[in-house]
Amino acid sequence: MKSLESWGRYPRVEQRTHSLVWRTDALPREGTPLLPHGLGRSYGDSCLNAGGTLLLTAGLDRFISFDPATGVVRCEAGVTLDMILRLAAPRGWFLPVTPGTKFVTVGGAIANDVHGKNHHRGGTFGRYVRRFELARSDGSRRVCAPDENPDWYGATIGGLGLTGLVTWAEVQLKPISNPYVLQETVPFGNLDEFLVVARESEADYEFTMAWVDCLARGKKVGRGLLYRGNFAPPQFDGLPLAKSHLSHGVGLAVPMDMPSFCLNRLSVSAFNWLYYHRQNGKPKQRLTHYDPFFYPLDAIYGWNRIYGKRGFLQFQCVVPYATARDALKEILERSSRGGLPSFLSVLKTFGDIPSPGWMSFPRQGVTLAMDFANRGEKTWKLVEELDRLTREAGGAVYPAKDARMSPESFAAYFPRRAEFARYIDPAFSSSFWRRVNPVALPFSLEPERGVAASRPQSLLAIR
Amino acid sequence: MKKVLVLGATSAIAQATVRLLAARGASLYLVGRNAANLDAVTKDAATRGAAKVESRAVDLNDFNAHEALVDAAYAALGGLDGVVLAHGVLGDQAEAQKSWAATEAVLRTNFLSAVSLLTVLANRFEAQKAGTMVVISSVAGDRGRQSNYVYGASKGALNVFLQGLRNRLAKSGVAVVTVKPGFVDTPMTAHLPKNKLFASPEKVARGLLRAADARKNEVYVPGIWALIMLIIRTIPEGMFKRMKL
Repeated sequence: MKSLESWGRYPRVEQRTHSLVWRTDALPREGTPLLPHGLGRSYGDSCLNAGGTLLLTAGLDRFISFDPATGVVRCEAGVTLDMILRLAAPRGWFLPVTPGTKFVTVGGAIANDVHGKNHHRGGTFGRYVRRFELARSDGSRRVCAPDENPDWYGATIGGLGLTGLVTWAEVQLKPISNPYVLQETVPFGNLDEFLVVARESEADYEFTMAWVDCLARGKKVGRGLLYRGNFAPPQFDGLPLAKSHLSHGVGLAVPMDMPSFCLNRLSVSAFNWLYYHRQNGKPKQRLTHYDPFFYPLDAIYGWNRIYGKRGFLQFQCVVPYATARDALKEILERSSRGGLPSFLSVLKTFGDIPSPGWMSFPRQGVTLAMDFANRGEKTWKLVEELDRLTREAGGAVYPAKDARMSPESFAAYFPRRAEFARYIDPAFSSSFWRRVNPVALPFSLEPERGVAASRPQSLLAIR
Repeated sequence: MKKVLVLGATSAIAQATVRLLAARGASLYLVGRNAANLDAVTKDAATRGAAKVESRAVDLNDFNAHEALVDAAYAALGGLDGVVLAHGVLGDQAEAQKSWAATEAVLRTNFLSAVSLLTVLANRFEAQKAGTMVVISSVAGDRGRQSNYVYGASKGALNVFLQGLRNRLAKSGVAVVTVKPGFVDTPMTAHLPKNKLFASPEKVARGLLRAADARKNEVYVPGIWALIMLIIRTIPEGMFKRMKL
């Protein structure tokens, strides 16, 4: 048994691990539930399997083919987006969709059907997965594609690793002329302004996302900075390249768990105020390498340690446009009032491009992501409240970032869950799945208990 | 090393080495026992930029096939200027103590098959007066210990063979590089509890290629093992035999 935590550092659970070495090897027969586990960048418990066995995919990191003429890459499921970029970017190809970190595996990107700054234009990662092989515990192997085993294809994309092990996948990359992004930063004074400028930007910019000052109150609720950009054209010489020490991955590291007093209301306020006012209220244009544009936090190795040993709770919701303004205002106000500042809050609009994944999280509307240091019951009550507001607004919460949503919420957010459940491999399960589907189990949940100290005492949490 | 024969190409250290060689644009001839696994390594190397990759699935314990195998590698790559010999088994010490068959199996794979292959290759490299032979040995070959002396003996014998070969080939401009890794985190050691001394196969591969580029004689990777083994070798036998090692 190994004690492992996810990126949010909560929960921390005991489970066995089994390192996969070859994609053609049979799945192990463990007698306890299996769950594929890549780099563990999911924040909550969707990548954990208390009392079960994690199938570590790090060893499945081989490329199978790459065609520089078409941009189609085929690789094993443990290959990371970073590895793909190292291979393909110098030859003029980029990820069609990328999350805010390149340290995720292709398998993880499929299982969570990840999204990025171009959702309004490109949809989710799953749309670019041309085919993959799914290995099941009964020994069967299927190639899944939109026109081959389409039901397995739809169930596995966004399927949280539960339908079996993806051994390899084929992804369509997209062409770029150079590795630079022409980026513009536009300040907005409140949520209404965000909605206007974000929707305006969708037409001309492939990438948009906004940082929100989550401590601003009253009329300033939802103020922040919108980042929008496009890959620079081939012969661009309009701006000098921004000098950034972050651009080549030579970064900083958080060497240890930070004591919890480092992150308090004052330090977060100061950071947010400075960050906002750095802009002088004017739009600002610059040319930047894709690394700091897409992956600013990857430059700080182990940034999750700033939250200390107790970790943090991520909360990411999406709400439809019809209810977005009021719901997000309420959510931002609650979290600002709660005295539990979110260090980094991000707003982004999602477009209406459908995903092939039945359980995919992104849907048209506005998404808000926040992280809250785990301060026990207070934090849990607040996040539960935000969850309720999301539910009432007809939105959804992202399983990859969740450690606490209730079975009722899950059912409300994912209407195709029953259909999906029929495709789950009987030998596969996860801590997340058991939490949102509490049923009688043929095995003990004893090890499900996390570290006692960080287990909140609230009734809300006992799920 | 531009045209390299890799023996035991599916081992973790060899795979990591193959990736580095592929990224340099080398041509590779990969040999392994399991065809499916070898195919995975071959395609990976081709995708990562190797100028050319050919492979052949062979059981290297079949000594009669060695001459033909080397011929095939020469033909496929249009010559060879490097070899990385990485195949080997850890064996089970307890099993080997009970059974000569188990002991012989370790010696055959780790020592005899290596000697057979290197005999063929040494003559070719000597004749062409060029080439680098990199052989993965082990720190276990530096001194016999009760916990793994059969494996240690196979590697110790290999070290002595390589010393002689190096001496013989020095005047022909052929480098013989003995690489002695310490603990490496690979499927071969998956069953062992890990500690801070365990190095990744990638780290060992980088050290291996640095040594090959510099045409070193014997190297420990990571370097800390030079110090550890110096201490181990220095302990007087009278004291050593009473120690639990």
